[in-house]
Amino acid sequence: MDLLQYAFMQRAILSAAIIGTVCAAIGVYVVLRSMSFIGAGIAHASFAGVSLGFLLGVNPFFTTIVFCVGTAWGIAFLSERRKVHEDSAVGIFFASTMALGILLIGLMKGYNVDLFGYLFGNILAVSSNDLLISLIIAALVIGCIWFFYKEFLLLTFDPEMARVTGLKTKMLNLLMMTLMAVTIVISIKSVGIVLVSALIVTPAASAYLLSTDFKNMMLLAILFGVGSSWMGLLLSVWFNLASGATIVMVATLVFFVCYFMAAHRRRHKFSGRTRS
Amino acid sequence: MSPEIIISCNHLTVAYEDKLALEDVTFDIHRNEFWGILGPNGSGKTTLLKSMLGLVAPVSGSIRVLGVAPANLGPLRDKIGYVPQHSQVDFNFPLQVREMVLLGRCRKMGLGKRAKKEDYEAVDKALERVEMSAFARRQIGRLSGGERQRALIARALALEPEIMLLDEPTAALDVGVTEGFYEWLNHMHSQLHMTLVLVSHDVGVVSQFVSAIACLNKTLVAHGRPAEVLNQESLEQMYGCEVMLFQHGRVPHMVVPSPAHQHEHQHH
Ligand SMILES: Nc1ncnc2c1ncn2[C@@H]1O[C@H](COP(=O)(O)OP(=O)(O)OP(=O)(O)O)[C@@H](O)[C@H]1O
Ligand SMILES: [Mg+2]
Repeated sequence: MDLLQYAFMQRAILSAAIIGTVCAAIGVYVVLRSMSFIGAGIAHASFAGVSLGFLLGVNPFFTTIVFCVGTAWGIAFLSERRKVHEDSAVGIFFASTMALGILLIGLMKGYNVDLFGYLFGNILAVSSNDLLISLIIAALVIGCIWFFYKEFLLLTFDPEMARVTGLKTKMLNLLMMTLMAVTIVISIKSVGIVLVSALIVTPAASAYLLSTDFKNMMLLAILFGVGSSWMGLLLSVWFNLASGATIVMVATLVFFVCYFMAAHRRRHKFSGRTRS
Repeated sequence: MSPEIIISCNHLTVAYEDKLALEDVTFDIHRNEFWGILGPNGSGKTTLLKSMLGLVAPVSGSIRVLGVAPANLGPLRDKIGYVPQHSQVDFNFPLQVREMVLLGRCRKMGLGKRAKKEDYEAVDKALERVEMSAFARRQIGRLSGGERQRALIARALALEPEIMLLDEPTAALDVGVTEGFYEWLNHMHSQLHMTLVLVSHDVGVVSQFVSAIACLNKTLVAHGRPAEVLNQESLEQMYGCEVMLFQHGRVPHMVVPSPAHQHEHQHH
C-alpha cells in the first residue's frame, strides 16, 4: 500500500475516521428523535455560508459555522413556539438559505471557485488546517456526548419526563442542535453539503436495526460510520470515483445488509422454537 | 395536631391558551394521605397533576408543593415520582428495562455523573417492588401493556419518592388485574409512607383504598373522606348526568351511563 506514503492520503484516512465517528454519534440522536430532515436543512444552510465566505474572501469554515449554528437555533426557536411545526421551520430555512446562497453567488463576478467540491465533497482535498479544526471540534462534540450521556438519553427517550425530573431541557436541546450543526460543518469539506446528512443518518439507522440497547447502538453506529468511510475512501481511490458519493453508497449498502439481517432474525424467532 | 401539608391548591385556575381546564380549585393534601382524583374525561385531572409538577403554570391562584411553587422545586423534584397517563415514548427505543428505570434518577445522580452502586440498588429494589426483576434486561418494546406500566411505576419508585403522582395507572390493565393493582398500591402506601395522588376512573374500587377523594369537573365538585363525598348528589354534579349507586360494603359502587369510558378502556 504505497498510497499511504502520500500526505493527502494520510489526511484523508484520518479525516474519514473523525467524520465517520462524529457523524454516527450525533446520528444516533438524529435517528431516535426523527430529526433527519433537520440535519438536511442545516446542511443546506451551509451553502449560503460557503458562498458568503467566497464572496468576502474569508475561510468558508467560519461563515459556514455561523449559518449552520444560526439555522439550528432558528429551527429550535421557531418550533418551541407551538404555532410552527418543526417540519415547517426546517422547510423555511432549507429553502431560504439556499436562495441566499444563490443570490450571493450571483454577486460574484464570474465565479471560478470550487463550489462543486463543497456540494459533493472531496475528502482527498482536506488540508492539514481543515484536519486540525475538525479534530478539535470532533473532540468537543464527543466530549459533550460523553459528559451529557444520560441527560441526552433521557431527553431523546422521554422529553416530558426530562422536564419532570428537572433537567434544563431547553438548554440541552439547544446544545444538541449546536453539536449537530458543527458536526455538519466539519464534514462538508469531505462529503459535501448534499451528502452529509446521509453520513449522519445511515450508520445510525443501520445500528438501530440491530440494537436493543443504547450503548450498543452508539458503538455499532460509530463502527459502521468509520467502516463505511474507510471502505468508501479506499474504493474511491482504487476506482477513481467521487469520494463523498462512494462513502455514502457503502454506508447505504451496510444499511440494507443490516435491514435483511434484522428481518431474517425476526423470521427465525417466530418460526421454530420460541425464545424466552 | 394535623400532619404537614404536602400539596396545597389555593383558588388554582389553569388554562390552555384561552380554554379553562381548572377553575378555582382549593384543597390540601397532607403527608401520608392517599388521594383519589375522580372526574369524567376532560375534567382537568391530568392538568391538576401537571400543575403539581410545574409542567403547566396557573393563570390565577396558586399551588404549593412541599412549600414552594412547583416551577421552583429544584432538587425537591427528587422527592416526587410521576407515572404519566399516556407515555408518548417510543417503546421501540433501544433501551432495556433496567436502563429506563435508572433514567428516573437522571437528575438525582447529578449533571454529567454516572450511575453509582446506590443508584443501581435503588433501581433493583424498585424493579423488585413491581415484580419486574425478571424483565430487567428485556428491551422495553418486548413488554406487554401491563408490564410497561409496571416498568414506568418502577421508574418513578427508583427515586424513592415521598410523593407519587399516578395518572390512570390501570388504563392498560384488564379488569381482573386492576383490583390487585390497587391492593398492591395500598400495600406500597402503608409500607413506604408515601403520599399518593391517584387519578382514576374506577370510582368503586378506588374508594375502598384511598383516604380522601377529590371530585373534579373543571371545578372541585367535592372533596373529603370517601364515605362523605361519594353520594348521589356530588357524583351527578361531577359527571353531569344521572348515576346509579350500588351499596357494596361500606362504600357505594356506581354506574355511569356513558359509553365513552368503555371506549377508552378498549383503546389502551
Ligand atoms: N395541551 C393542551 N392544550 C390545550 N388544551 C388542553 C391540553 N391538554 C388538555 N387540554 C384540555 O384541558 C381540559 C382538561 O384536560 P385534562 O387532560 O386535564 O383532562 P383529564 O381529566 O385528564 O381527562 P381524561 O380522563 O380524558 O384523561 C380538556 O378539556 C382538554 O381538552
Ligand atoms: Mg387525563
